Amino acid sequence: MATIHPKLSDELSQTVVSSTKSVKIKIKRSNPNVNSEQKFDDFVVPIEKWTTVLDVLLDVKSHLDHSVGVRYSCRQASCGSCGMKINGKPGLACFTKISELDSDTVTVEPMDNYPVVRDLAVNMDRMINNHKKVMPYVIREDSEIDAESGIREFLQSPENVDKYIQFSSCIKCGLCNSACPTMAMDKTFVGPQALAQAYRYIADDRDKGKNKRLKVIDESHGIWRCHFAGSCSQVCPKGVDPAMGIQLLRGYLLGIRD
Amino acid sequence: MERETGAREGLKGWLNPSKIGKFGIERLAWLLMRLTGLGLLAYFIGHIYETSHILDGKAVWDKSLEMTQTTEGHLFLALVIGMCVFHTGNGIRLMIAQMGYGIGKAERPDYPYKPQSINMKGKACIYATLGMAALAMWYGMAVMFA
Repeated sequence: MATIHPKLSDELSQTVVSSTKSVKIKIKRSNPNVNSEQKFDDFVVPIEKWTTVLDVLLDVKSHLDHSVGVRYSCRQASCGSCGMKINGKPGLACFTKISELDSDTVTVEPMDNYPVVRDLAVNMDRMINNHKKVMPYVIREDSEIDAESGIREFLQSPENVDKYIQFSSCIKCGLCNSACPTMAMDKTFVGPQALAQAYRYIADDRDKGKNKRLKVIDESHGIWRCHFAGSCSQVCPKGVDPAMGIQLLRGYLLGIRD
Repeated sequence: MERETGAREGLKGWLNPSKIGKFGIERLAWLLMRLTGLGLLAYFIGHIYETSHILDGKAVWDKSLEMTQTTEGHLFLALVIGMCVFHTGNGIRLMIAQMGYGIGKAERPDYPYKPQSINMKGKACIYATLGMAALAMWYGMAVMFA
């Protein structure tokens, strides 16, 4: 039995409200710290054409059930906090409008391939640790701060920036790792997020840490475990296209591409 | 790399048919590549076992050949032909893509962010490979059932 939003109850009693449409949202609930029980709670919430999945979840939290666990922050697809499975596909709740889902019922679940903290919030330690392991920063012996000449810049041509700028848009939302079929089976796979970031720095001509980085990814559970299913790129909300970065990096490792 | 306990989808993440609908033909190609690879490995082991009967004399060898001279045997061999053609064709596509060719060029992304690596060239190759596999199966069956 779905819990109905008070605004909609008012609507039933002829009170004038701005919204005329509603959506049924099914939220997967679980708390592994307490028990292994998993269930779906249903709520009916009013929507407008601009309402996002996150708006609906926050509406549920405000009016129907304060205990729903969801992680969010910026509400504008910049922080990467509100990743979840929406109607079976990983997506950002703040970047997915209910109207574009074209469904009267929306099912939200925690992302696959991550341990659940509670309800829709997952533990992203593995992704963050793998991200750190690929050394996501420019490695150089020299510094931008020079003792003799003061501060200088490591200049780049726009063409060189274009080689990696796409991959620097990653917001670490983890949707790619959730969609990846290799992540579903391989406990130690480094994952598309970290591999795309490895390429981002390897393609950066200011960076001199290629060999250190390649040592991390050129191993049995590293880049060679990607089989180019392309699911990571399908779900990326920022156009990073991790699958492209991984294949370009593989071409580089094989000595075929620069 | 860091090991993580639990929280992986496992085989469900591979075989769930709804994933194919949501992630497109590339995901289907990926799944078929895995399944045909496993199928061909099983066939290879069976084939070695079957052909080893040649060491036991003509009568035993003829008897083992009879196993595939049935309707079920012909259908099985047609499936093997299909698996072989798909695995080869898709494997060539993947080798080219994994060398960094045919997956587009890195550039500044613009909304609505269409991934370049998931492009029509790749999709056309997958459909063509599926078509070739179906054609090869049809031809194989036409020969075997003639």
